[in-house]
Amino acid sequence: MQESTNHDKIQLNIFKNLLIFVKPYKGLFLILTTIMVILGVLDSIFPLLTKYAIDNFVEKRNITGLGRFEIIYFLAVAALAITAYYFIKIAGKLDTLMAYDIRKKCFEKLQILSLSYYDDKAVGWLMARMTSDITRLAETISWSLVDLAWGLSMMLAVTIAMFRLNYKLALITLSVIPFVAMVSFYFQRKILKAQREVRKLNSKITAAYNEDIQGAKTTKTLVREEINLKEFSEITTSMRDSSIRATIVSSIYLPIILTLASIGTALALNYGGKGVIFNTISFGTLVAFISYTTQFYEPIRQIAVIFAELQGAQASAERVFSLLNEEPDIVDTKEVVEKYGDLLNPKKEHWPEIKGGVEFRNVTFSYKTGETVLENFNLKVNPGETIALVGETGSGKSTIVNLFCRFYEPTSGEILIDGINYKDLPQNWIHENLGYVLQSPHLFSGTIRDNIRYGNLDATDEDIINAAKLVNAHEFIMEMEKGYDTEVGEGGGLLSTGQKQLISFARAIVRNPRLFVLDEATSSIDTETEKIIQDAINKVLEGRTSFVIAHRLSTIRNAHRILVIRDGKIVESGNHRELIQQKGYYYNLYTNQFIEERSKDVLR
Amino acid sequence: MKNFKKLLKFMEGYKLIYFLGMLSILISQLFTTITPLVLQTTIDNIIGDKPIESSFVENTIAYLGGKDYLRNNLWIIGIIIISIAMFRGLFLLLRSTMASKTAESTAKRMRDNLYDHIQRLPYEYHVKAETGDLIQRCTSDVDTIRRFLAIQLVEVSGSLFMLGFILTIIFRINIKMALISILVLPFTFLFAFIFFSRVKKSFEASDEAEAKMTTTLQENLTGIRVVKAFARQKYEVEKFDEKNKDYQNLTYKLLKELATYWGISDFFSLGQVGLVVIFGGILTYRGELSLGSYVAFISYINMLVWPVRQLGRMLTDMGKAFVSLERIDEILKEPIEILFENNEKPEIKGNIEFNNVSFQYEKNKPVLNNISFKVKAGETLALIGPTGSGKSSLVHLLARLYEYNEGSIKIDGIELNTIDKGWIRKNVGLVLQEPFLYAKTIRENIKLANPSLKDEKVVNAAKVASIHEDIKSFEKGYDTFVGERGVSLSGGQKQRMSIARTIINDCPIVIFDDSLSAVDTETDISIRKALNKRRNKATTIIISHRISTVSEADQILVIDKGKIVQRGSHHDLIKEEGLYKRVYNIQSSLDDELIS
Repeated sequence: MQESTNHDKIQLNIFKNLLIFVKPYKGLFLILTTIMVILGVLDSIFPLLTKYAIDNFVEKRNITGLGRFEIIYFLAVAALAITAYYFIKIAGKLDTLMAYDIRKKCFEKLQILSLSYYDDKAVGWLMARMTSDITRLAETISWSLVDLAWGLSMMLAVTIAMFRLNYKLALITLSVIPFVAMVSFYFQRKILKAQREVRKLNSKITAAYNEDIQGAKTTKTLVREEINLKEFSEITTSMRDSSIRATIVSSIYLPIILTLASIGTALALNYGGKGVIFNTISFGTLVAFISYTTQFYEPIRQIAVIFAELQGAQASAERVFSLLNEEPDIVDTKEVVEKYGDLLNPKKEHWPEIKGGVEFRNVTFSYKTGETVLENFNLKVNPGETIALVGETGSGKSTIVNLFCRFYEPTSGEILIDGINYKDLPQNWIHENLGYVLQSPHLFSGTIRDNIRYGNLDATDEDIINAAKLVNAHEFIMEMEKGYDTEVGEGGGLLSTGQKQLISFARAIVRNPRLFVLDEATSSIDTETEKIIQDAINKVLEGRTSFVIAHRLSTIRNAHRILVIRDGKIVESGNHRELIQQKGYYYNLYTNQFIEERSKDVLR
Repeated sequence: MKNFKKLLKFMEGYKLIYFLGMLSILISQLFTTITPLVLQTTIDNIIGDKPIESSFVENTIAYLGGKDYLRNNLWIIGIIIISIAMFRGLFLLLRSTMASKTAESTAKRMRDNLYDHIQRLPYEYHVKAETGDLIQRCTSDVDTIRRFLAIQLVEVSGSLFMLGFILTIIFRINIKMALISILVLPFTFLFAFIFFSRVKKSFEASDEAEAKMTTTLQENLTGIRVVKAFARQKYEVEKFDEKNKDYQNLTYKLLKELATYWGISDFFSLGQVGLVVIFGGILTYRGELSLGSYVAFISYINMLVWPVRQLGRMLTDMGKAFVSLERIDEILKEPIEILFENNEKPEIKGNIEFNNVSFQYEKNKPVLNNISFKVKAGETLALIGPTGSGKSSLVHLLARLYEYNEGSIKIDGIELNTIDKGWIRKNVGLVLQEPFLYAKTIRENIKLANPSLKDEKVVNAAKVASIHEDIKSFEKGYDTFVGERGVSLSGGQKQRMSIARTIINDCPIVIFDDSLSAVDTETDISIRKALNKRRNKATTIIISHRISTVSEADQILVIDKGKIVQRGSHHDLIKEEGLYKRVYNIQSSLDDELIS
């Protein structure tokens, strides 16, 4: 989770990347920029109008142009109000549409990326990219960049107006501007840094609360309340101190700018006043200059803020693009995509029917870190055969299943399904034909019915009920007030782990798949229920090629073949009876559960 | 008002500073409103030749060297303007610093209070707690109040002070002109106020859509294995797209409403400025207003319109602060547990006696019914029974996570509910069914209850829990950081971690609440063997579905529907007809084949 922290320079190539997302909205962007230029110019007109009023009505005592003046003034006001409206509307449209686009692209990428990508990434880490980073990016592009257009055009317009009114006075008053700019850029960078620190602490606080709440039970059992509070209090103290520091930094900036602007006003008054006394400058011009000196620092401040924000957005952009540029480990070849379609646009009509023969041929698998889990692994499974995998944590059982499911691909060697190397078929071909039940049964918010239907979107209500009945879930579902329409809550949180496991079972069954994988699927179900669904499992697995991983031997003893895996190798292979007779690892493992009480029985 | 008092309580110790901050606002606004007056005098009386009316101004000018001197040395006025700006800046700085100090300290106090309060809320509360909602209250609601103190109240007071000053000044300069200057202002204000009260719904709709999108995203990411295994990428993309689009639409709708607001209020505000420019021009032309006053009016109106426009918005925002305060108070009002109440800390050896204990969470829904049993120190008790039979509740009572309703529980002859909760929990090591690991290193997680423990003890505990070898295989060993909710560890590893962090405390009573379910049988056995080998063997209570795990206990209780239906040793129980034998037969029926 390393993040580069050096963002002091604005890197153009990152913003070049962004052009992809800007492209569809070129037209809108153009309109928006035009509007901002108009807005900037309009903003600079008002002091000129005041000047006109003073010079003509007051000084020259000529009121003939009043009617026209009134109309022009209110037209300017109306024009400004309308451009402001369109500015916000169009920038808002750009902002939300681009955020939508980027989010959509990122989400699609996340769906395409292989499981290995998720191995070392926390969900929160990905969430931050998908939410705050994208929001920030879209906001910066649509609002900041157009603000920049506004600031620059207003400055330009004001400068032109001032030079046309009186170039000497313009030069004198504008002499303050470089200082304003310098101070602004210096401070905005500091302010941003301070704010970043605050934001970092803020997410720490949120994480701490999360732990506080989710870990409360643990805290209680360990009586850790005081230590917890002490640790938390340290974070909130640095939060308080950093926040105050950040406020002070930004509150030093404003007075300095105000003072610099007042120097501009003072210069205008001094030299302009003299001009009025010697009649080289009109009163109106003097007043206009004084207005301009107070108006000028706002766009400079804005521009400094924008540059600071761009630096911040750059970090967001980097993170978003690193996600978008990520290549999945498992990619279907061009030929495969051409013939069978890709992940999001499959051409299922071309997919061959699956029978379920599986062969691992000289399969070697190592992680990217170099750790080899399987070496020259060979295994042939007939269609309809049930294979149970037994072995310690880390022995390679899960890797075999992951390779079979094509969540990972062999580093060398090949895996054949019905005699075809599975790389010659789309990855979802296997998944479409797979029923997979995991140890941690993840459900999605929605009703129980929705969750079972997830296995087969075309399933009828009857199919769903049958699947639930098969795994003995129907009864408890019907006991609930709303039956199949009961909401399961976020992540299935409203159900017990056992109930979730049963539903995830039903979800796999309703698929009616050719291939089945049970990965510790019954670990949280109590013995009596397990006994009942064991029969169901046996029925379900019949005629389907399946892999079963379980600690509970009751689940695996009916397998056609049991493989004992150790250090990535099959050390024992055979059915239950054969392995028991071999008196090897399986025998020991199996008897361990009973050997103690047996021996005690005998001793008696 | 009641709410306001609550807020003041959180501000304890900073009220004076905040008051001084308010005073600074007043002073800085005073300086702000002076500048136009200086400009007016300069234009009218020094550059122009209008007679000076106010004696104060006359005296000041005389003090500075007289009108003619100043006329030739306009830079003196310049210095005055700069000084005013500097003073104003100084007080602005004071204002922000003091307001921020108060706001941040108040927020810190709230955060700490909430954090501590939440962790001390009874177990019951946490079973039902909605994490998302609580976090929202602890973070964004606190932030709303922080912003109220640091920004909104400051800005609003500033605007009100400014309004007061400026109205006083302009009405003294020219009443007719002053009336024109404030003609549109009330409408600007009302419009803002009404608009922002109304637009709340759109804000909420957008927030809600965002929350929905985030939930969909989160579920997708945590369930990505399921998505892949079921080849549901396309379905998920469509599902997410729908939420994403909803969020986009609703946010855009909100922004469009805001665009309307800013457009119209810009029109009002600039229109007001326009009225001043035009009528001021006419009045000046007629000689009813001096040129300097005209310029002053233009300055003042620019100072007035923008704050007034903000005022409406700020006021609606301020309402939110009190709602937030209410939401925070709701948490703080929940009664908490007192861990050390009577300072009753008897030495605990581990004799446990339940006598007719009954317990219910809700009325008339008994969870435990007339439970009686005895365990001597150092013995092992096993509980077995179907899911939901009350096993976990029973051990929760023992750790005083819940209070029993009837009967008596005695530890070493002392009634349990007279012993302090904190003390009991220090002596009863309860390994929970669902292990929660902190986002800390493995080492820190094992010595969670007592960070001062030696590394040697950590390793020993890890060895007993059969997790040492796993930890050693990690690149950084004991310094491996456990990610978000322990993502990098398997279920079995997490369970063993939580066993290690419990047994490290050498409690006289240790409870395993089905905490070996994700551990394979071999490891299960080796953990129990290691536990048995320890000196000062603790009284142990084991809940499990595995016969092999419970079989060697000194005493086994079979619990069904809150009652003890069978009790005895393994040998006794397998001879009796009943639940135990049924379970045993199921698990050992496999065994028949062994013999045949």
